Amino acid sequence: MAGGIAWQIATVTAITDETPTVRSFTLTVPDWPGHRAGQHIDLRLTAEDGYSVQRSYSIASAAAAGTIDITVERIDDGEVSPFLHDVVVVGDRLELRGPIGGYFVWEPALDGPLFLVAGGSGVVPLMAMVRERERARVETRTRLLFSSRHYEEIIYREELDRLAASNRGFEVIHALTRSRPDGWMGYDRRIDDRIIGEVLEPLGSRARVYICGPTALVETAANAMLRLGLPPDRVRTERFGPTGT
Amino acid sequence: MTDRFVTRGFVGRRTPPGAGDVSSRIPPGQYLTTDFPVLSAGPTPRTPLDRWSFTIKGLVEASRVWSWNEFTALPNREWVVDISCVTKWTKLDMRWRGISVDTMLEAIDLKPEAAFAIAYSDGGYTTNLPIADLLNDQAFVAYEYDGQPLAPEHGGPARLVVPARYFWKSAKWVRGLRIQATDEPGFWESLGYHNRGDQWLEERYSGD
Repeated sequence: MAGGIAWQIATVTAITDETPTVRSFTLTVPDWPGHRAGQHIDLRLTAEDGYSVQRSYSIASAAAAGTIDITVERIDDGEVSPFLHDVVVVGDRLELRGPIGGYFVWEPALDGPLFLVAGGSGVVPLMAMVRERERARVETRTRLLFSSRHYEEIIYREELDRLAASNRGFEVIHALTRSRPDGWMGYDRRIDDRIIGEVLEPLGSRARVYICGPTALVETAANAMLRLGLPPDRVRTERFGPTGT
Repeated sequence: MTDRFVTRGFVGRRTPPGAGDVSSRIPPGQYLTTDFPVLSAGPTPRTPLDRWSFTIKGLVEASRVWSWNEFTALPNREWVVDISCVTKWTKLDMRWRGISVDTMLEAIDLKPEAAFAIAYSDGGYTTNLPIADLLNDQAFVAYEYDGQPLAPEHGGPARLVVPARYFWKSAKWVRGLRIQATDEPGFWESLGYHNRGDQWLEERYSGD
C-alpha cells in the first residue's frame, strides 16, 4: 500500500436534506489532505461478517482540509444509498479513501469562462466547482445549466439562487423536464442543441466545459458543444447510468 | 491484515436479484449490474468507416495498417466475458464479436526488444499494457456487442477489450497499438489510476 490512497475513518458531523430524495452528509476526515473540485471518494461499507461493498461519490464541497460533503440520491432498489439515507445518523463513522480523479477537475487559477452542464445529481461535482470558485473569491464568468425533473427536485436550489443573486459573474439557468411551477421562466424541456447554443453564446468558444449527468444528457450536450465549435479538449464529461446506486 | 472496520448497521443485500450463484465471479469491491453504463472523459468521437483504419507500429519490422474492410475480414469470433469497471460495476457474460490480438500479431514481426503496447484512440485516449497481457486470447478488438455494431458511446466502431483488467484498459475508439520497449503510462494511468489494473487484486489506484 506504500504511496497509495489509504482508507480512513470519517465521522458524520451533519446531515442535510437537499430534496425529498437527496441528502448531503458532512464528513470529518482527520487526515484529509484537501481536494480539487470535481474529485470523488470511494466509500466502503463492511458488515459484521466481512461482507463489503464500495461506491464512488463525488465531493460536493469546496477544497478544505479535514472535511468534505457528499450528496447522495436515494435509489430505492440500491444497496448503498438506502443505507446512507435510512440508517446513518450524525456521529456514525464511515470508511473512505480519496481524493480520487485528476481529469474532471477545476481549479480557480484556470482561465476562460466556465460552462457547467448538469442533469439531476450530476450537479454534485459541478457544485464543488461553484463553491470552490466562491471560496477562492475569483470572478471567472460561470454559467450553470441545470436540468431537473421537477422544481422540488432541484438540488442546492436556494444556495444556487443566492450565489447567482450576489452578481459576481455566476448565473444558473434551469431546465425542468417534467413539471413547472406557475410562471416558470426557465427552460421547459430537456437540454437540446438549441438550449446549449443559447446558454453558451455569451461565453464564447473559449469556454471550459464540464458536463455531468445521465448518459443521454451528456451525449447531447457534448455533441452540441463540438458542433458549436468548441475543441474536444475543452469539453470534459462525467456520466452516471441508472446503476449509480 | 489489519483489523477490519465494521460499518454500524450495515448488512448489505448479498445476492442481487436474479444473480444466481455468481458471487465467485465478482471481484472484490465490485457490484453486479445488468445494464451497460457509459463512462468517458470527453465527447464521443465519430470516425466514418471509410476513414477508419487500425495500425500496429513502433518496434515492429514493418508497420501494418488495415482498412475497416480488411480488418473486419480477419478471422474473428464471439467472446463471452465478464467485465469489471473501476467505478465498481461488474457485468457478466458480455457477448462481443471481434478479432484476437494474437491474430493481428500473426501478420507482423515484433522486434526482439518489444515489450509494451500503447493502445491509442480517436480523441487522444491512450492506455498501456505489457504485450504479454495481450497474448493467448487475453485481448481482442471488438466491433459488435450483443449482435449489433458497437455503438459510438460504447467505443464503436471498434474498441479494445481486455477482460482481465479494469475496463479503462479496454480502450474505446481504438485505432492502433504502438509497440515499445519501455512502459509509458496512458491517460488514466497518468492521473492516479493503477498501472496494471488487475481487478482480482483490486489494483484501482496508484499504490494499491
